[in-house]
Amino acid sequence: MAARGCGGAWRRGWQRGRALPGPAPGPLPRGQRAVACNARGGAVPAGKSGLAPWVPVVGLEIHAQISSNSKLFSGSQVQFAAPPNSLVSFFDASLPGTLPVLNRRCVEAAVMTGLALNCSINKKSLFDRKHYFYADLPAGYQITQQRVPIAVNGSLSYSLCIDNKMSQMVTKTVRIKQIQLEQDSGKSLHDDTRSQTLVDLNRAGVGLMEVVMEPDMCCGEEAAAAVRELQLILQTLGSSQAVMAEGQLRVDANVSVHHPGEPYGVRTEVKNINSIRFLAKAVDYEIQRQIEELENGGTILNETRAFDSKLGCTVPMRDKEGKQDYRFMPEPNLPPLILYDAKSLPADMNHQQVINIDWIHERLPDLPNVKREKLVEQYGILPEHSFALLNEDGLAEFYENVVKQTRMKPKRVIGWVLNDLLSYLKQHSLTVKESPVSAVLLADLLNLLEKKEISSTAAKQVLAELWKGEGKTPLEIVKEQKLQLLQDQKELEQICQAVIDRQENE
Amino acid sequence: QVSAALKEGRVTPTELCQQCLSLIKSTKFLNAYITIAEETALKQAEASEERYKRGQPLGVLDGIPIAVKDNFNTAGIETTCASNMLRGYISPYNATVVQKLLDQGAVLLGKTNLDEFAMGSGSTDGVFGPVRNPWSYSRQYKEKSVPKSHSEDKESNWVITGGSSGGSAAAVSSFTCFAALGSDTGGSTRNPAAHCGVVGLKPTYGLISRHGLIPLVNSMDVPGILTRCVDDAAVVLGSLAGHDPKDSTTIQDNFKPFELPSLTDVSKLSIGIPKEYHAPGLSGEILALWSKAADLFRNAGAKVVEVSLPHTHYSIVCYHVLCTAEVASNMARFDGLEYGHRSDMNESTESMYAATRREGFNDVVRGRILSGNYFLLKQNYEKYFVKAQKVRRLIANDFVKVFRSGVDVLLTPTTLSDAAPYKEFIKEDNRTRSAQNDILTQAANMAGLPAVNVPTALSERGLPVGLQFIGRSFQEQQLLTVAKWFEKQVQFPMIQLEEIKRHDHDVLQHEKSASFS
Repeated sequence: MAARGCGGAWRRGWQRGRALPGPAPGPLPRGQRAVACNARGGAVPAGKSGLAPWVPVVGLEIHAQISSNSKLFSGSQVQFAAPPNSLVSFFDASLPGTLPVLNRRCVEAAVMTGLALNCSINKKSLFDRKHYFYADLPAGYQITQQRVPIAVNGSLSYSLCIDNKMSQMVTKTVRIKQIQLEQDSGKSLHDDTRSQTLVDLNRAGVGLMEVVMEPDMCCGEEAAAAVRELQLILQTLGSSQAVMAEGQLRVDANVSVHHPGEPYGVRTEVKNINSIRFLAKAVDYEIQRQIEELENGGTILNETRAFDSKLGCTVPMRDKEGKQDYRFMPEPNLPPLILYDAKSLPADMNHQQVINIDWIHERLPDLPNVKREKLVEQYGILPEHSFALLNEDGLAEFYENVVKQTRMKPKRVIGWVLNDLLSYLKQHSLTVKESPVSAVLLADLLNLLEKKEISSTAAKQVLAELWKGEGKTPLEIVKEQKLQLLQDQKELEQICQAVIDRQENE
Repeated sequence: QVSAALKEGRVTPTELCQQCLSLIKSTKFLNAYITIAEETALKQAEASEERYKRGQPLGVLDGIPIAVKDNFNTAGIETTCASNMLRGYISPYNATVVQKLLDQGAVLLGKTNLDEFAMGSGSTDGVFGPVRNPWSYSRQYKEKSVPKSHSEDKESNWVITGGSSGGSAAAVSSFTCFAALGSDTGGSTRNPAAHCGVVGLKPTYGLISRHGLIPLVNSMDVPGILTRCVDDAAVVLGSLAGHDPKDSTTIQDNFKPFELPSLTDVSKLSIGIPKEYHAPGLSGEILALWSKAADLFRNAGAKVVEVSLPHTHYSIVCYHVLCTAEVASNMARFDGLEYGHRSDMNESTESMYAATRREGFNDVVRGRILSGNYFLLKQNYEKYFVKAQKVRRLIANDFVKVFRSGVDVLLTPTTLSDAAPYKEFIKEDNRTRSAQNDILTQAANMAGLPAVNVPTALSERGLPVGLQFIGRSFQEQQLLTVAKWFEKQVQFPMIQLEEIKRHDHDVLQHEKSASFS
């Protein structure tokens, strides 16, 4: 579903005197789920009487795992859920004497993503070492791009529904500060029963794109919508599969609050957010927590907090020791990354050896917002509809297939797809691919309706039967259940007469 | 000449290998080798023999015994870097340069001793003990050295090899192998070459792959080549140079191995004498030798000019900052988790790391890590690291300017004096010694230029003294051509070691020529 932003005032959902639900058990009261940013962006006044209004500020750091066959600097494979330590090359294990070799596909993925996010691609970017000691970082440093990343100064447009009604969408923009290439770390699993830590280096060295979104957002809904749109873009480009559940997309939120006209407040970093839904919750919780803290005369620490999805709150992370100095240093084993465009490409350069930004630009697929516009234009549906279509994997395709095979107007078809089909799928946690009702079947059904052979109510009944997936066609079901619309006037009269007669006899 | 002998069947690879192995045993007191790969070496020699029998040797290096400094990865053979951290570490792969030599049929005799992790200028600070300069036992030295008292043990007067590739230099110098690989970051191949009377070549940065060389300073390290004559160095260079996809800092251009012409006419040559290399502490002897060498060129018709490299005296400080910073970074991987020494301390991951690193590294390494981390701190980065990078650029530009002015090759001393007795050398700490000794060699690493030590003459104490030639980037052919001409002029004497005399005469006959090409 497209994100719901809520218009109206920022509400504090608790009554005077009642403490903010924190580590105490229990979910957030319903009213607090809605966090308000109004349609103009920026939170809106309405603290308690006499208190100055608060402006929440939300920025995001998103790590997207690059979809590639091999890792960023080594040839070992990238694969989810492989046996532990089975995809580790000498370089990944930091064996002495090994050197990084840059993966071309990863660079292309970053360039594509940068272009899709309207960034300037830096024709020369640099690699750096970021040092810290941790069990899942074998070399004692991560190779990243701190000084000059591959792409900077872009923007991402996303849409929100206002008023909970899905009837009005508003478009917002968030600035993209930069995109940088960097290595993923391995995974460490803490086994408290045996007081040991188990280290799996399969993920160590996998390519990541870190996308930094400026603090242009003001609530959980906006953050969620922005991330959702980024996810769709990445999936469309194929640069990342961006599945949060598989750790291919990780989001950290930077949250602070301040009074209008005053400088930005101290920010906290919120980590351990495992889904888009939780992102919205975590951000909203943290905003409220900070407001409550400040209004009670407390201060906000510049700390890292983890989101606890069971309790619905953020808690300080235990193992954060003071401020880390990462001792950044240029990566001496990698020369500067030079990219070319049509103008700067030397004539005698081997095409295989270089990356041409313009060449990549020409081959970018239609991004989600372009696809949505096309759907609206082609089928006369509403923007909200096209949003919903693209929001579900495979749904837009499904819709188009149905439209092709039925004479029903696309404007009518959309209702069946979004209301009936989609809600059924949601109820049963199915993906479009898993739908027992195929596009063909639905098209057949809609044709019957279109030809007025059945009524709308009957169609819904048939659909309910089709969900069972017993392989019957709509026509068969109609015949079985005698749902055909009777067209014959005489027959109708006879039936009515019979009914009336029966009534009189009782 | 040995190669020719192999080809003609006058000696077989296995004979050669066995002689070398046996000589290694008799010269064990030099402590030049950490690991001797006897079994695999003999197998390689046998395989080589087969090829010669079939008349299909792989090349000039087929069957030639070589040694490799113990900071190069050698598959299946222990690679320790003379450190407790890697004691018992068996490499799972060959460094590219090692693989190339093996592919040419060379016979790998063993791994040579060094300063721990190549940090040092004496080859005295490794966990397997110091390397002794073979010249300590030469007739030439013994004749010149006057024992201070009768009770003084002759043994205690031995001199150092220089470092950090001392083991490799000693191995070549004592005839236990025909060529050896060293590494050169601040002079670590040229310095011991000068003290041991052998040719030590530092190639241009980016010419030879560093893949598999355990790094000290990634932006300055190069594999170094130690041989008994300049022609041999050219042959080894030919088999090692060229782009390696596994090392992104190697240049892409195609490299063509070359043979060195025997120059007769040096009149078109311009030799530069950088005045700043008249460094404080330079012995009168070496100064005189340097002057004599300049005259040699002048008298032969070459143009000899005094030039200036004004930023030379900043290079030590600059090197200190950049080297320690990279060391701090490169050593971060040694945490005991994946490989190498792991402490028994297991209260927590952090305590295990700390104990492992304390136990595994010597003071020199730990000192450099601490310094390096200091320079990399956020508040210090601009002041030290970035500043040092800028100074490095100035130093490199000094050379560019000089070469642009028409100079072909620079002639400088390699060391401040001949090899010091071990007892004297250890009176000062590693850092002080390195700072003193690197001054003449280290700027070439800063600038990435090729440089070579050519043994020139014996000092008053009967020990070798060498002179250094520094060339333009990637102009090894020109550099070595000049070096070869000079080598021919000076006719540096062969070491007269009893141990070698005791050995099989046959081998000595071949080795008399002191070369394999």
